[in-house]
Order: sequence, then structure tokens, then C-alpha cells
Amino acid sequence: MADYLEKLEGQADAGDPEVGDVTIENYTINFGPQHPAAHGVLRLVMELDGEIVERVDPHVGLLHRGTEKLIEYKTYTQALPYFDRLDYCSPLCMEHSFVLAIEKLLDIEVPIRAQYLRVFFAELTRISNHMLNLGSHVMDVGAMTPNLWLFEIREDCLNFFERMSGARMHHNYLRPGGVHQDVPLKLLTDIGEWLDTRLPRLFEDAISLVADNRIFKQRNVDIAVVSRDDAIKWGFSGPMIRGSGIPWDLRKSQPYDVYAKMDFDVPVGTRGDCYDRFMVRVEEVRQSARIMRQCLNEMPEGPIASLDRKVVPPKRGEMKRSMEALIHHFKLYTEGFHVPAGDVYVATESPKGEFGVYLVADGSNKPYRCKIRPTAFSHLQAMDFMMKGHMLADTTAVLGAMDIVFGECDR
Amino acid sequence: MRAPAPAYAADLNGATIDAAQALGAKLLSATDLVGEVALHVDRVSLVETMTALRDTPGLEYQQLMEIAGVDYPDRGADRFEVVYCLLSLTRNHRIRVHVQTDEEKPVPSVTGLWPVAGWLEREVYDMYGVLFSGNADLRRILTDYGFRGHPQRKDFPLTGFVELRYSEEAKRVVYEPVQLAQDFRTFDFMSPWEGAEYILPGDEKAALPEAKGAPTPLKADEIVKADATQSAKAAPTTPKTTDSPAQTGDGKAEPK
Repeated sequence: MADYLEKLEGQADAGDPEVGDVTIENYTINFGPQHPAAHGVLRLVMELDGEIVERVDPHVGLLHRGTEKLIEYKTYTQALPYFDRLDYCSPLCMEHSFVLAIEKLLDIEVPIRAQYLRVFFAELTRISNHMLNLGSHVMDVGAMTPNLWLFEIREDCLNFFERMSGARMHHNYLRPGGVHQDVPLKLLTDIGEWLDTRLPRLFEDAISLVADNRIFKQRNVDIAVVSRDDAIKWGFSGPMIRGSGIPWDLRKSQPYDVYAKMDFDVPVGTRGDCYDRFMVRVEEVRQSARIMRQCLNEMPEGPIASLDRKVVPPKRGEMKRSMEALIHHFKLYTEGFHVPAGDVYVATESPKGEFGVYLVADGSNKPYRCKIRPTAFSHLQAMDFMMKGHMLADTTAVLGAMDIVFGECDR
Repeated sequence: MRAPAPAYAADLNGATIDAAQALGAKLLSATDLVGEVALHVDRVSLVETMTALRDTPGLEYQQLMEIAGVDYPDRGADRFEVVYCLLSLTRNHRIRVHVQTDEEKPVPSVTGLWPVAGWLEREVYDMYGVLFSGNADLRRILTDYGFRGHPQRKDFPLTGFVELRYSEEAKRVVYEPVQLAQDFRTFDFMSPWEGAEYILPGDEKAALPEAKGAPTPLKADEIVKADATQSAKAAPTTPKTTDSPAQTGDGKAEPK
């Protein structure tokens, strides 16, 4: 030891790089493809300088199932269930864009009750989606309890969905021209009661644990700040663009169904960091509950699907008694309906942002081309510049605040 | 419009087409169909066109939301169409910009205007094989590492060419040519009297007149007798009998 100290004495690091400081080159690590905080199969190739992220290269497509190709081989009605399986956290909002695109090409009228039901359950979907995202975001940065409480709400939502359509996750509920079937009155009253009692109690409890929590703020405030210009350039939408301070909500600016009649506020962030995105989603849940209450108050009685028998099949009871209805039933479930040639791009405000469908019809009973615009594609692409200069541990916070689901991203 | 589709400022459609006329020769055609404005523009000068669409007052399409590829193999030359969906936040208006190309002619990349175009162009390249000049990172994005072909092309089969499975012997995932347990079936459900231009199997004689006593348009030697193909066959030399269980063909492969 004495020899060694003697040797070190009087030696400068620069003169002899073998002792003291050594130069370390950047090294590359893989985050994923199987990682609990990646929210699916995401492979991030990260270049690190110590613990500082220099470059991120997201590799997506590990869940690619060729949905767009499959849809070209299915009739319009058969293609609908594929949309449930895109963003499996908010299935109804995926269907929403597709049926609106078909209706735009068909130029078909949708009864007002069906529009209310669509908006009502789309907002319930938004709540259940945000429960998953907020909860997992909180858990990714280290808190356990709020996630469990928020999942309690999500479980309620899934139970309601089961009573609505028979399926907890893949509803296949919307139809071109309306919805599949009417809902029982008891379901609506139960949801109304839930909105007034259980939802606010559980939700506000869970959020009160994190919203002002010092650790949560340390992990999120000023992490991955996105300026307004960047948000526009990178094609952001939904809570991501609102988090950056741009009050842009398709439900407000380009209302579809009965959103034009709804009274709700659009929350915006001030700094454009992960905390803002989180809080925008928190406020959106409250606004969704507000929209749902208005729907319950205003929803009229009436038909739940268009009466155009060339598009919407007749009910089973009618089909058993009427020859005409039987013919329509047979034709619609084998051949399907024909959509006039044309192309449309229809985008709706899904819980994650602008979810668009570019539909090219050639006049036959199958889509010629159905391009799906996922929200995650533009957000995930921005990961590189958002992560630059941040710590490795911030990756999970940034990913959590992006709200990415790979069923939709990879299609 | 009766459908409850998203209602953006559709009354700006006419004004947008008028403003787009300033593009001059770069604009090939402008249409307003189903309430949506579509501009077909020249491929080579795409970047200038897009810059004009983004920066000209009265157009102001700040956001690029989507790039979609479409394949029209029947068109012959320039089979691919690349569709840019633009959104104006200030005017609350959407527009589509269409460009035509083929496998070889590259489309100028718009990554300089909108960095988001990077992945969107990668996806069009991956799915259709359309090249984008100026995109610094034109790798495949959605398909597998080492994938061959461009799956969204209309001539690419739905089943693909290879399938993969985990091989217990090799202790890794192996790729093999696709083997279908049954033929791939696709039905178009078209009514034969509503535009289907082929003859359904078993329906070959449908051209014959059905009304009783109507004169047939065929000459007598054109009418093929139903059993004509069978009667032409020679009679079998050995009689077909089944005397023992071995002759039943039970358990044997079907004779070709």
C-alpha cells in the first residue's frame, strides 16, 4: 500500500491516463422489448453517457398484426371488431372513427339517441382509459396505492361495458348508422349513481395522494418539456398537445355526434412537462363525467340505429316474421352493404389524441384501403428529443405521460 | 351532410381551393368531394408546395397528421399514391395532398418541414416500397427485422410468404414457407346480376335462354351435350368390383 501511495504522489491524471479519471465512451442499452414499464412490446435502443440519455431509438412493430391488410379482405361490418383490438384500452373510441368514416361516405343519418349513446360510452371509455394510464404512470414512478384504487374504477367501467355490449373489452358495439343495441334503463341509472358517488370518491382520493406529492412532482415536473412549436411540428394531439398549452380538442373544434351540444372545458398545461400531461388527463376525467351527466339528462327515447335497411340489419324478432326483413338480414350478413366510391379522412378525439381513419372505398362491399392513424406514432417518435439530457430513470415517466398502447401503435 | 362526422370548417373548402390556385403548375387538380378538399400535386416540387401550404396566409396548414400510401396497380404507370393529411389549427380545416409515384421515382421527403414525417415516411416505405429522397433514416419500421417484400401492395398475398415458429431442435425461432392447412378462401359476395364480370362456377349455361319455347341463339353444333365429356372416355378394361376388404381402398391415399 505504501508503495502504491508513493507511486501516486506527484502524478497528474493528464500525464498518465491509467490512474485516476478514465475516459468512458457512451454505451448502448436495450430497454425492452419485454419491460413492465414499456406498457407493451417496445424496444428502446438507448445511448447513455453514464446515466444521461444521449439518444433514443424506439423500435416498434413487435405487435404488428397487419390489421390494415386484413381489413381490405373483410366487409365493412366484419372489419369493425379489428378496431377494438387496436387500442385495447379504449376500444369504443377506435370504433368511433371507423363508423363515422363509413357514415360520411354513405351520407347516412344517425338517430339522436344513438349519437347520445355513442358519446356517453365514448366518455366512459375515456375514463377507463385514463384510469389505466394515470395509474400505471403513478406506479412507474414509484407509487403503488393509487394504481390499485384507480383500477377499482376501471373495473367498474368494464362491468358497465359488459352490461352494455356483453363484452368487457372488445365491445363491437358501434355500427355504421347507430349502435348495436339499446341499453337497459337500469344500466343508465346505475352509471348515473356511480358518477355521483363512487367515481368522485375513489378518484379524488387516489389523485389526492399524488397530485401534490413531493416525490411525484420531483419525478415529473420539468421532465421532457415540449414547447408549443415542437408540439405542432411533431404532430402531437390530445393530452400531449394540450399539455404543451395549446387548447386543441377535436370534440370542441370539430364536434361529431352530439358533442356540439355538450358543455365542457378543455384543460391545458402551462409548462409542457410530464406533470402537466398527467394533470390534463386528471381534469379530463372530471370533464368526461360532466359530459356523461349531460347525456343522461338529455338523452331522448327513440331508435338506436338508422332505419335504412340497406345498411342496418333488422332486429331478430322482425327478421323472424317479415320476409323483407329476412332478405335484408341475409344480404347484410353475407354480402354486406356497398359503400360509394370516394375517400375520406375522419379523425376523432380518442383518449390518447387524434385517432384518424383514412378510408378509400371503391364502391364494393370491402374497403379498398383503410389507413389507421395511430396517436402513438407521432408521440413515440418525439421520444428522442424529449429524452435528450434526461436521466435513464425518467424514461418511465416520459413513457407513462405519453400514454402509448402498442396494439394501436403497431396495428 | 347528414352524417354526424367531425364538423370542421367545411365552408372554407371553396376558399381553400381558390387560394391553392396560387400554386400554379405545381397543382395538377383540386377536388372537393364528400366535403373534403383533395389537392393532386406534382411530385418533384412537393417540398415547395408543402412549404406554401404551411406558410401562406389563408392556407396555414401547420400540422402534418398522417401520410398514407395507397396502391392502385390497375393504373399502370405511377401505381402508388402518397396521401398527406394536413390540419390547420388556426383555420380549423383539413386538407389532403395526393402525390403519385412508382417503385423507382422517389418522393421528396418533408422531414425538413415536419420532423414527424420521419416515421410516417418510413411506414409508407415499409408497406409499399415507395422511396423518399432526403429522409435520413429510411429503415423498415413495422415489419420484422430482415423482412422481405412490401406487404400492403395489392399483389402481396394476405398470408405472406413465410411463417415462423419456435423450433425445439434448433432452440430458436425458425422461418419456413407458409403452408396453409386449407386453401385461402376469399368470397366477394357480388351479385352476378349487379356488376360481377365473371361466370360463377356451375353457371356456365346461364347465357342460354330460359323461357320455354324461346329460340336458342346457339347453333346446333355449338351446344355441348351434358354427358359429352363422359361418353368420350374409353370403357375401363377391368371391371370395377370390390371382392375383399383390401379392395375397398380403405386407409389408402386417394388415387390421383
